[in-house]
Amino acid sequence: MEQQARSTDPMRPADHIDGASGGSAAPEGTVSKDGGVASPALGFVGWMRWGWRQLTSMRTALILLLLLAIAAIPGSLVPQRSADPNGVVEYYSNYPELAPFLDSISMFDVYASPWFSAIYILLFISLIGCVLPRTKHHWQALRSQPPRTPARLARLADFRTREWRLAGAAGSEAVGSEAAAGGTAGGDTLPGETLPGDTLPGDALPGEDAAAAASRAIDLAQKQLRSSGYRVARYDSRGTFSVSAERGYLRESGNLVFHAGLVGVLVAVGIGGGLAYTGQRVVIEGTSFTNTLLDYSSFNPGRFVDTDNLPLYSLTLDEFTLDYEVENQHAIGMATNFVAHVSTQHPGEEPKREVVQVNKPLKIDGNNIYLLGNGYAPTITVRDAAGEVVFHDDVAFLPQDDNMTSLGIVKVANGLPVQLGLVGFFYPTVAELESGALTSSFPALVSPRLTLDVYEGDLGIDDGVPRSVYALDTSEMTKLTGRTTDVASLQIDPGQTVDLPNGLGTITFENAQPMGENYLKSVKRFVSLQVHHDDSATWVLVFALLSLAGLLTALFVPRRRMWVKATPDASGTGVRLEYAALARGDDPTLAAAVEALERSHGASLGIPADAAEPTTDAAGPTTK
Amino acid sequence: MPTALTLDDASVLLIWTAVVLYALSFIAYAVDLGARSAAATDAKDAAGRGEQARELVGAGAAAGGAGAGAGAGSVSVEFGDRVTATAVAPPSRGAGAGSAAGRAATGAGSGAGEASTPKRMVMARIGTTLMVLAFLFHLGGTITRGIAAERVPWSNMYEFAMTGTLMIVLVYLVVLIRYDLRYLGVLIAGLALVLLGGSAVTFYVEVVPLAQPLRSVWLVIHVFVATLSTAFFALAFGLSVLQLLQARRERLETQPDAKPLARGLRFLRTLPGADALESLAYRFAIIGFAFWTFTLIAGSIWAQDAWGRYWGFDTKEVWTFVIWVLYAGYIHARATRGWRGNRSAWLSIIGFSAVIFNFTIVNMFFKGLHAYSGLT
Repeated sequence: MEQQARSTDPMRPADHIDGASGGSAAPEGTVSKDGGVASPALGFVGWMRWGWRQLTSMRTALILLLLLAIAAIPGSLVPQRSADPNGVVEYYSNYPELAPFLDSISMFDVYASPWFSAIYILLFISLIGCVLPRTKHHWQALRSQPPRTPARLARLADFRTREWRLAGAAGSEAVGSEAAAGGTAGGDTLPGETLPGDTLPGDALPGEDAAAAASRAIDLAQKQLRSSGYRVARYDSRGTFSVSAERGYLRESGNLVFHAGLVGVLVAVGIGGGLAYTGQRVVIEGTSFTNTLLDYSSFNPGRFVDTDNLPLYSLTLDEFTLDYEVENQHAIGMATNFVAHVSTQHPGEEPKREVVQVNKPLKIDGNNIYLLGNGYAPTITVRDAAGEVVFHDDVAFLPQDDNMTSLGIVKVANGLPVQLGLVGFFYPTVAELESGALTSSFPALVSPRLTLDVYEGDLGIDDGVPRSVYALDTSEMTKLTGRTTDVASLQIDPGQTVDLPNGLGTITFENAQPMGENYLKSVKRFVSLQVHHDDSATWVLVFALLSLAGLLTALFVPRRRMWVKATPDASGTGVRLEYAALARGDDPTLAAAVEALERSHGASLGIPADAAEPTTDAAGPTTK
Repeated sequence: MPTALTLDDASVLLIWTAVVLYALSFIAYAVDLGARSAAATDAKDAAGRGEQARELVGAGAAAGGAGAGAGAGSVSVEFGDRVTATAVAPPSRGAGAGSAAGRAATGAGSGAGEASTPKRMVMARIGTTLMVLAFLFHLGGTITRGIAAERVPWSNMYEFAMTGTLMIVLVYLVVLIRYDLRYLGVLIAGLALVLLGGSAVTFYVEVVPLAQPLRSVWLVIHVFVATLSTAFFALAFGLSVLQLLQARRERLETQPDAKPLARGLRFLRTLPGADALESLAYRFAIIGFAFWTFTLIAGSIWAQDAWGRYWGFDTKEVWTFVIWVLYAGYIHARATRGWRGNRSAWLSIIGFSAVIFNFTIVNMFFKGLHAYSGLT
């Protein structure tokens, strides 16, 4: 019967715990268990309606949620193209047989896969299908009166009653109070527990009869309920007076806002993804890049991005600075305080000096520029046998460990009799391992050295297919120096020049600051920058915060109905006061609220508080 | 920096003292549960002697739902005397009398617990006292670690475990002021013991400066709120486990032919009913869920600043999302007919397992951007 009293407000799917139960009339649009709808005899439309109701039911939403959780897990077990493209390549080489199969079921793109998309799209359809009718229903509820006072308040779980003996009447002093447990009391005729009378009687006004006193009591209750935020309505009939009150509409509002906010997040992500773009670019000290498609080393535009009309600006890396930990023995060489000092410039304007730091992106023209990485870019000059310069460039070497042992590739395509490829290691502080191999023992430039293995042959760049500048395809080349050859690898310190093998010419490791007292500035640095444009981020945040606010009110604002009923007794000497409440959703404070109302209402009528207050919320927690 | 090292040494010493105290607290709480079992048996014997009285009120008892039993008369009576009390209670209070039919303690909860034999509560009190003491040492250790490191003490796995368990214990102790959850003490002390002791052994790292990407105000907010929600999830987890045990016992109680051994752990009789445990678990879970939602949002804001995107399905992000969805599922399950009760309790347990998995396995073995375990 409690289920019936709850009816279906706020409106929920049929299998919601507070939803319409069998037999009770369901409001328009709610799924009811009136049998016939599910019958296949209704044909196609019937089946469609049946399917829609299934989709928007609580159970389906729950199953979809659990499926979503399970479906998200593979993306953390297998590398994803979106988050870790190199991991996917590695996976292919480690598991050459398994990888193509996994790829065929979108395991490397889980979050864009058909099956993952199907789950969340269904979930959101289910969500919208559930929330829309509820919003309509709630909108109506917001503008309607609290419902009529139930005839038998004593049937509700939280019910209290007391007898108000009017002053001057016989046996006037007894005040009773009791709580009845839900569902067990057989009606509204519970005997009040009467205490022998040394308590003060409540006051009836002079000349007031019991009915007038009862009406006044309800007036008072109405006032009190309204002032504590309840919406109230009077229902007086056949000698009884009652007020019906409801509060916590915000709970359902919050619930709807939470779900609508999630839809907002999804839509913002979906649309924003199409308008967003991300590009990476390595910039060496003293060089610039321009925000055009051609100037990026990698660029991922969303589907609606007009790549020809990116905001035009250029950025020059003036200097990159960082600090090394030298005091803490457990973190020697740890690099901190990375700062890229840059100049940005719009066409026809003066350059502006700015900085890019970790956690502090540079904002320009709706783009965010992030500092993702850094490394050394030795300047290398190659001369042919006649001393003519055939190659002169800063080459970014990618760091391989914490001490900045770095790997780089030099490709000399023209000017020499053969094409030349050099695979080099750069050690900012060179040290020799016991095995004789070199390593770096500190990330700063203390004793920098460059070692190079030389390959000659076909670089494979003449066919017009773009090749990574960070990889050398040696399949068509011959190794001239280093391991497996008779010739030792080339070893060069800053400022030094050594001969290339076979009399091909010379190679110089330029010192960027030849006059320096030490090597600290001898090699240029580079930074790798990520340029990101995503206007949707703000919207995603707004919707997410909206969702959070909705969640908080939906979970923590109690929604409840309260009733106070006053019935003058037949003899006209007293009034029977009843207090009852009904939670709408989880409400641990319900019993306390009824008790508080009874207390304050009794006090305002002049009924003294009952000393022996024996009650607890049976289903709730037991207080210590 | 010799001073910093000394402070860190002090921190380690305090943490280990706390670990020992947690172990003692765990033992005290375990003894308490044992005493509860004994008391429950005594009560059962007493209930057997009151056979006749039970029959008298049987009809009224049958009408009352489980857990609705905290009638007016039942709280103030001694646990063992329950049958006497119900025998004199008027039929209209019959819900309370439901206890005589084997639900002895389910409805009355701690009311019965506190009123019963003093010896039992002594052990629980000792457990709580030791827990408070351990907490103070733990707090001291955490603060000295923070001072030694000159930053918030939650930026690697060791420190995260340190602060995380501290929050679990803190939330438990604060909640104790309002609710008597001392039956959870074994679990909380055990959790603190295993997580703190385990991480002190396995995850300990020397104080090193903060990696650059971690130098953000969001480290303070995002990670701290994550520990806080973990603490609430832990309490919800414990209550959900007890809820399942209690539900099983309540189910078996209704089968008179079941073997006594099969009726579940005896101390459960002194605990609130499954419904009450569930409603309490739910309340902690939703607080945890709200904090977790905030953790997700704060993390996204930080990721936007640090990595140039607010969401990228990094492994840690995936698991944070999975946990969020699991608890969202739990909240929905509790509102779905046929899922409230045992099934939703399982979701709460799975959710917390995912939290622990996210903290341990994902941190140590999964590749990703959140590689801040500090372990090499």
